[in-house]
Amino acid sequence: MSAGLHVLGPVDEIPVGEGRAYSVASEQIAVFRLRDGSLRAVSAVCPHKGGPIADGTIDRAVVMCPLHQHAFELETGCSTTGAGPLRSYPVFADGSQNVVVRFP
Amino acid sequence: MTALASRTGRSTPGDTRRRLVVIGNGMAGARAVEEILARGGAVQYRVTMFGDEPYGNYNRIMLSHVLSGEEDAGGIFLNSLDWYRENGITLHAGVRVEKIDRFAKLVFSDDGRATPYDVLIIATGSRSFMPAVEGLYTPGGRLLPGVFAFRTIDDTQGMVSYAQQDHHGRAVVIGGGLLGLEAARGLQSHGVGVDVVHSGGHLMNAQMGPDGGAVLRRSVEALGIRVHTSSRTTAILGGDKVRGVQLRDRPDIECDLVVVAAGIRPNVEVAVTSGLPVERAIVVDDHMRVPDEDEIYAVGECVQHRGEVYGLVAPLWEQAAVLADHVTGADPSSVYLGSRTATKLKVAGVDVASMGLQAPERDTDEHVVFSEPSRGVFKSIVIRDSKIVGATLLGDSRKVAYLTQAFDRGLPLPEERVSLLFDLGGPGDEAGVAELDGDAQVCNCNGVSKQVIADTVKGGCTALSGVMDATRAGKGCGSCKLLVRQVVEWAADGAVAEDPTAAYYVPGVPLEKAALMTAIREQGLRSVSAVFAALAPGGAEDAKSKMGLASLLKMMWAGEYIDERDARFVNDRVHANIQRDGTFSVVPQMKGGVTSPEQLRRIADVADKYNIPMVKLTGGQRIDLLGVPKEDLPKVWADLDMPSGYAYGKSFRTVKTCVGQEFCRFGTGDSTKLGIQIESRFQGIESPAKLKLAVSGCPRNCAESLVKDVGVVAVDGGRWEIYIGGAAGAHIRKGDLLATVDDPGTVTLLAGRFMQYYRERANWLERTYSFVPRVGIEQLRAVIVDDAEGIAARLDEAMQRSVDSYADPWAERNSPFTPGQFRTSLPLEVLPRVPVR
Repeated sequence: MSAGLHVLGPVDEIPVGEGRAYSVASEQIAVFRLRDGSLRAVSAVCPHKGGPIADGTIDRAVVMCPLHQHAFELETGCSTTGAGPLRSYPVFADGSQNVVVRFP
Repeated sequence: MTALASRTGRSTPGDTRRRLVVIGNGMAGARAVEEILARGGAVQYRVTMFGDEPYGNYNRIMLSHVLSGEEDAGGIFLNSLDWYRENGITLHAGVRVEKIDRFAKLVFSDDGRATPYDVLIIATGSRSFMPAVEGLYTPGGRLLPGVFAFRTIDDTQGMVSYAQQDHHGRAVVIGGGLLGLEAARGLQSHGVGVDVVHSGGHLMNAQMGPDGGAVLRRSVEALGIRVHTSSRTTAILGGDKVRGVQLRDRPDIECDLVVVAAGIRPNVEVAVTSGLPVERAIVVDDHMRVPDEDEIYAVGECVQHRGEVYGLVAPLWEQAAVLADHVTGADPSSVYLGSRTATKLKVAGVDVASMGLQAPERDTDEHVVFSEPSRGVFKSIVIRDSKIVGATLLGDSRKVAYLTQAFDRGLPLPEERVSLLFDLGGPGDEAGVAELDGDAQVCNCNGVSKQVIADTVKGGCTALSGVMDATRAGKGCGSCKLLVRQVVEWAADGAVAEDPTAAYYVPGVPLEKAALMTAIREQGLRSVSAVFAALAPGGAEDAKSKMGLASLLKMMWAGEYIDERDARFVNDRVHANIQRDGTFSVVPQMKGGVTSPEQLRRIADVADKYNIPMVKLTGGQRIDLLGVPKEDLPKVWADLDMPSGYAYGKSFRTVKTCVGQEFCRFGTGDSTKLGIQIESRFQGIESPAKLKLAVSGCPRNCAESLVKDVGVVAVDGGRWEIYIGGAAGAHIRKGDLLATVDDPGTVTLLAGRFMQYYRERANWLERTYSFVPRVGIEQLRAVIVDDAEGIAARLDEAMQRSVDSYADPWAERNSPFTPGQFRTSLPLEVLPRVPVR
């Protein structure tokens, strides 16, 4: 994984309250656009059975994997239902309303 | 050669192990040896066992099964002769020990052998008690031919072969206790007519009081066994073989066979002869040691411990463990303090459980009794100082696990004593959770064991929803939720935290469904985000609540609903069912399961064009295209050019039909036509849980209408039966008959009215198989058929609005509702895929 900032595309590609998956430098990332407009980014593959996290249902705090309803905190990636953690990434929208994710 | 080798091996001069001799090879003796071996005793001891019977060790409790023919005699052995050989145990089977020389440390047996010991265990057990009855024995001192005890394999096999001989068609069993009733039932299975003669005032008087005994008598008599209580047998009639029994003050009973089951007596003769302390049985201390004898132990039915003599197997296991702790030195602090005996068994096909007192003894004792003789059910519980001190249960063992636990541990009891006797208001649990093994799987979907749930509770999580969240037990098909609740209650010793969210329609909004609907209507909340903002604590969204709210709002507002796609589950966003590998399944509508060559050709072309890995017929009579990537969904729908079959939603799914009168020679109604009509009308209607329907053209029910949420059956005379609340999935339930009506139009009307009522009243994810019994079929019939509440017109109108607002979701293929609606979320790396066949 290459450290630094990566531009993923326009924020408007992500409907409010939903997530979309991106492939960045061999990493799979699910980016969510919360109803307050803020963004969250976590790894896109559920550690439980490989479910597509970007298809999950979210609120302000967690995302629920669509396959077996494991829940993960969007801020930290930690599971609230006993699964392994997702990786979480700093993410923001830049001045031209593009999604930017930072790899450590 | 082998035998010789093992014989010399035992007397190897270099073998410095001490000599352990066991008198008795029954369940107690063999168990004690097993426990000793389990503690590494083979290193310390050379073991020699004497057994009266010429066999290995068998499970005496199972003899009643051998008698009834359910079990083969060979099938009840606990330890075969091989086991003795493999463990280096010298077994003298068929050899009786006559005397112990405590000073020379020798036992003398009837084969003339004197066997030295360093440590001795006496496990001589009991024998059948033979009452003083004239004519029981021949002049030669043997039992009269046709008289049997019921204690050993030989007794049992003798009884079977005698009963099977010609003209031996009637038997009398002396003794109406546990063993006597087992013998009576077993003999019946050989076609023998049986009378039970019991000297006590009621059956099983050692385990229960007169009221329970009377109920048991009814159940036993219902099996065809005649019962004579308060009847003493005074003589066995017949000089050369049994011809009858004579009773005091009663007419004689003719019979060919007599079984004596009048109790057991401990075998103490060897101990008495050898000068050991014997009262009612051989006296032992808390280490199972005979007082003043450092090297002599006794165990099982032949011992008297703190004044008690036990005739059950459970105390024996406990005694054997303590004995082994001391004989091997594994745990010198181990003590046996007596057993609280709770018995749970099946006697002659009747469930019987008893523990502690049979009846109240003090004025202040509470006595809770329920008696239903016609069903053979009797329950009696004696309570002292709010603790159970005794219980008898007959014919219904469902609460036994809980009661046994409450009795053993002195658990606090519910205020409402009747709930000790019954599970009120819920379906009965088949097996008591207390009896489940720790590794028993409670949730079969997510593989959660009883132990995991119990550990979670012990870890401080005592609310049902919390445990379900933490373990995911009950979060699959949901059919185990009741069991999960019971395990949580059991693990929390009744101290389950109140779970206020359980009553809420969805966990994130603290309102029950009716109050929630009122608030939504009054405040005009038309979107999920508006509901959270207005009604959730702090206006907080809750992911778990979104789907249920979306369904409710759509039902309430129909065309006026503001559809926020993020409130939907992914299936409802992309109108397909997500699969384990992140691909989707596509099920086009096929009304009533009727298709055409043209449709089939198109489906086949689509399957070819998109390399569909699996094409599968569904249980709802449709065709499922599995393994479709999300990005292909719009193209697949376009090429199919068929409407959605809604195989993914919490909604009306499908109507299964049979061929019906058009073709079937048995058909009495046009089931396919009605099925298609119903499906056309209610397609896509969202509901608290999925709705599966069926229409059958005759009572042969080929479309399985009795196990559908709504099932319709054509009956002769042009009439139609409507069943509701059936299920045949995770839960099996036969539907309740709602009404029988004259025409298909009324079927559609009432089905729609029921579904609307269900949509308005059912909890989120509550299937009709729960909803219908919860509300009650009478109430439903009153509302839906008789319009007792005057809401029928409103229900019909609400349903009509939903019907009118239907739009085929697969039409979104041309203009996606949201950006990237059908963009892949699938990671690029290969995930587990549905296997291609």
